[in-house]
Amino acid sequence: MDITFILISVAKIIGLVFLTILPMVAYSVWAERRVSALIQDRVGPNRVGIPFTKIRLAGLGQPIADGIKFLLKEDFTPSHVRKGYYWLAPALTMVPALLTCAVLPFGSELFGIKMVIADLSVGPLFIFAIASLSVYGIVLAGWASNSKYPFLGGVRSSSQMISYEISLGLSIVPILMIFGQLNLSDIVMEQARNGWALLPLWGDRLSLKGFLLFIPIFISFVIFTTSMFAETNRLPFDLPECETELVAGYHTEYSSMKFALFFLGEYAAMIIGSGLAVTLFLGGWSLPFGWLVPEDGASVPFWMGALHILSFLGKVVAFILFFIWVRWSLPRFRYDQLMRLGWVFFFEIALFNILLTAGILLFVK
Amino acid sequence: MAIVVKRPKLSFWEKLYLPGIIKGLGITLRHFFLSLTGKTKVSMQYPEEKWDSHLPEYYRGAPALVTDEQGRERCVACQLCEFICPPRAITIHPEEIPSEDKWAKVEKRPQEFEIDMIRCIYCGLCEEVCPEQAIFLRKEYAFTGLKREDMVHNKKRLYEIGGVREGLVNKWNELK
Repeated sequence: MDITFILISVAKIIGLVFLTILPMVAYSVWAERRVSALIQDRVGPNRVGIPFTKIRLAGLGQPIADGIKFLLKEDFTPSHVRKGYYWLAPALTMVPALLTCAVLPFGSELFGIKMVIADLSVGPLFIFAIASLSVYGIVLAGWASNSKYPFLGGVRSSSQMISYEISLGLSIVPILMIFGQLNLSDIVMEQARNGWALLPLWGDRLSLKGFLLFIPIFISFVIFTTSMFAETNRLPFDLPECETELVAGYHTEYSSMKFALFFLGEYAAMIIGSGLAVTLFLGGWSLPFGWLVPEDGASVPFWMGALHILSFLGKVVAFILFFIWVRWSLPRFRYDQLMRLGWVFFFEIALFNILLTAGILLFVK
Repeated sequence: MAIVVKRPKLSFWEKLYLPGIIKGLGITLRHFFLSLTGKTKVSMQYPEEKWDSHLPEYYRGAPALVTDEQGRERCVACQLCEFICPPRAITIHPEEIPSEDKWAKVEKRPQEFEIDMIRCIYCGLCEEVCPEQAIFLRKEYAFTGLKREDMVHNKKRLYEIGGVREGLVNKWNELK
């Protein structure tokens, strides 16, 4: 381990996690509130701007005010909880959500450095391994709270997350089969050269085989996105916390910054899930139609690297807006419907989809 | 006897559920763009935009004392409003009109008249009970204060809010 590698990694971690994802979490809460308000013909938070002035900036100061509010609130621990686990749970939700961003390639190159924190050759496996840990945070929160509603929320959440992890994992197998590898950076590079998984309109994939493969990829995408909703506990699958039945589900007993950690974890998981979907299906940092693809071995100029990062962030933002749009359009599933959808439909369709992909790869030249 | 509820028969597309989702997404998207471009406008941005000019004549805002056209106070400090007031928001300190005064025949007037706006429930019983038509519910409704004392309207403030009200009042009739 030489020191420059460590310093560069630290710089990338700070740049991605603290300067990109956490502000994005804060502002996706704001976006959620504004978009939901507009969908429901309301206005939403549009007042908080620069303090002590009349400048409002369409409410862009709201997340900062919310953050300060969370920091200043009393951190209340009820007397009936198991303290150790109760304190551990919010951290266990937040940490896995942020850890998974380590393997996401968020840009091509900047100053000759690859824009990914850890260029692992087991990218998606790493993400699933870590993301499945976040269920522990929720289960611990539910059990340690020692109260009915959090308990029910925790039980529901664990069964839901475990069920949907299966279809989530199976749904990306066709993608991995098509690209033949597990390194996310190389998958993105391949998509940049030969057409995005969901947009096979240039390069090698502009062929009969490419178009045929579009069918299983589209099925994969639908299953992956839906399972992602379930994994991140978003509506229409927000049974772990459904307000109308369980008060607030597993975080009913939490307040102040501990509640905020659950909130941050949920949104961070959403952002990183969007990032993974963008990486696998929508060409990651690449621009459409093979524009500005870096050559092998050639250095990438600064403006191009920056453009690639912006492209990635733009796609992620669009995906988050899609998340929000869906949340405010669909009603919540009933619990048995949720389980049926996961186990009876998605699981089978994902399995069949793998066979279909294998068939196309085998027989169509 | 159990009632058998007939389930609606769903068509293939309804069973597939996806067309319904897409239709729903379309509806929310339309609402989103219509309110984004300002075509649907429901909310009123409160402190800047107010409903005040649309308030109906019968609106029950803050109770206030009124004077007549010549600036004379109508209240005779009969204290009926003080008695009727359900939350006991009104406090009147009556005083006698000195005998050398031109209107000594009216006998009483309020020396101080206080309405505690923290207590007031805007019911309008004071207006209804007043025999001299001296107290009315006006259209002001937004009162704020930093102390409890700020929220008590004294006589001066009540006349400021109340303003002038025209109409016949018997006590100014010298013959009666």
